Amino acid sequence: MTTMIEAAGLTKRFGDVTVLDAVNLAVAKGEVVALIGPSGSGKTTLLRLLNCLEAPDGGTLRVGAITVDGGRPLARQKAAVRALRQHVGFVFQTFNLFPHRTALENVTEGPVVVKGVPRATAEAAGRALLARVGLAEKADAYPSSLSGGQQQRVAIARALAMEPDVLLFDEPTSALDPELVGEVLAVIRGLAAEHRTMVIVTHEMAFARDVADRVIFMEGGRIVEQGPARAFFDTPQEPRTRRFLARLRGE
Amino acid sequence: MDGVLASLAQAAPFLLKGAVYTVVLSIGGMTFGLLLGFVLALMRLSPLKVLRWPARVYVSFIRGTPLLVQLFIIYYGLPQAGIRLDPIPSALIGFSLNMAAYTSEILRGAIASIDRGQWEASYSIGMTPAQTLRRTILPQAARVALPALGNSFVSLVKDTSLAATIQVPELFRQAQLITARTYEVFTMYLAAAALYWVLSTALSWGQHRLEARASRHVKA
Repeated sequence: MTTMIEAAGLTKRFGDVTVLDAVNLAVAKGEVVALIGPSGSGKTTLLRLLNCLEAPDGGTLRVGAITVDGGRPLARQKAAVRALRQHVGFVFQTFNLFPHRTALENVTEGPVVVKGVPRATAEAAGRALLARVGLAEKADAYPSSLSGGQQQRVAIARALAMEPDVLLFDEPTSALDPELVGEVLAVIRGLAAEHRTMVIVTHEMAFARDVADRVIFMEGGRIVEQGPARAFFDTPQEPRTRRFLARLRGE
Repeated sequence: MDGVLASLAQAAPFLLKGAVYTVVLSIGGMTFGLLLGFVLALMRLSPLKVLRWPARVYVSFIRGTPLLVQLFIIYYGLPQAGIRLDPIPSALIGFSLNMAAYTSEILRGAIASIDRGQWEASYSIGMTPAQTLRRTILPQAARVALPALGNSFVSLVKDTSLAATIQVPELFRQAQLITARTYEVFTMYLAAAALYWVLSTALSWGQHRLEARASRHVKA
C-alpha cells in the first residue's frame, strides 16, 4: 500500500510551548484516520501543519510527491507549499466560506483561479459537487442565507472541487447545532466509503468508531496511542486513553 | 428680489465654472489618494519594518499638519527648492497626498478587520497571497471601508475650497471674485454654499448606492 502522507519529526512551538513534539505520522492511500484528544493536545495543530496553515519548526512533511522541509521557512519553499495545498483539501471548523460569493462561486473559485479551469467547465463540475452534498438547489444562495450544516457541506464541496488527494477535516461539526451534525457526518461518511484519504479531527466518537480505519489519540503534543478504530475504542491500552474515553462517556 | 436674481444669473456661469474645478480637484484627489493610500495601507500591513515605518511616519505627518499649510508648502514653498508648480497641479498633488494618508488608515483597518479564516480558506485551495488579497479580502474590505471613504470624499469636496488660497479658480474663489466686484456678499457665498451642498449630497447618494451593491450578499 502506498503512503500518501508521511510526517517525520514534525514539531511546532508557540513561544516557549511545544505544542507538537516530533510527531511521526504515516497515512496510507485510501485510509481514514480519526485524530482525537483533549483540547490543547496538538491535534488541530498537527492537522493545520499538514496543509501548511501553520509553519513547522522542524521535521519534514511529504504528501504524494511533494515534500516540505520543516527546518526552512515556508516563505523559501512557496512553490512546494502551494503545490501541496492544491493536493490537500481542508475543511474548517467555522466553514470559512467566502461570504461575498454564492455557493457555486465558492466551489468554482479554486478551480478557476488556481487551476485555470474554464469557468463553464468549473461550473458544471461545481453543480455536480453541490448536488452530491445535497445542495443542488442552493447553487445561487449566499452563505449568509444557508444554515451551518449547509455551509459546511458547501465548504466540503469547495475542498472537493480541487480534486485533492487528501482531505483534512478540523472538527467539522463542532460549530453546528446538534440537529445539523448528522447531515454533515453523512457527507463525510459517503466520502469515506469511496476510500478517499482523510484525516479527521473530531469529538464525535461514535462517528470516529464507525468511519475511521484508524484512531490516533494525542495528548501533550504527542501521539499516545493508535490502533484500528474498533479495537481502539473497545480495548484501549494506555491509562491516559482510558481516562479520556471515560470522561467523554461521562463516567 | 429681482436684483438678487439678476446678479445670480450673471454670476451663474462663473460659479458653475468654479464648480467644475471643484469636481475635478475632488475626483482627482480621491483617485490618486486612493491609489497611494492603498500602497501605504499594504506597507503598513507588511511584516517588513523598512516598509512599515516610512508609511507610518508619512501618515503621522500628513494627519498631524493642516491641509492649508501643506498646500502652502507645495505652492509657495517648493519654488524656493527650485520646483515651480502651477496652482492646479499644486492643489491636485496636495489633495492627493493628504487623502492618501486618510484612506490608507481606512483601508488598513478594513483589511485587518477581515477574519483570518478568509486568508486561510483561500490559502487552503492553493491561492497566492496576491490572489487572496484581490479576490477574497479586498471585496469584503471594500464593504467595510465604503462608509468611511465616503465621508473622506465629502470632506475633500469641501476642503477643495482651500485651493482658493493658492490661486485655483474653484468655486469658493469664484464667489470671492464676484463679491469683490458686486458686493453681493451674502447672496454669492450662499450660492456657493448651495453648490457645495448639491455636490456633497450627490456624492452621499452615490456612496449609498455603492454600499448597497457591496452588501448584496448580506441577509437583510
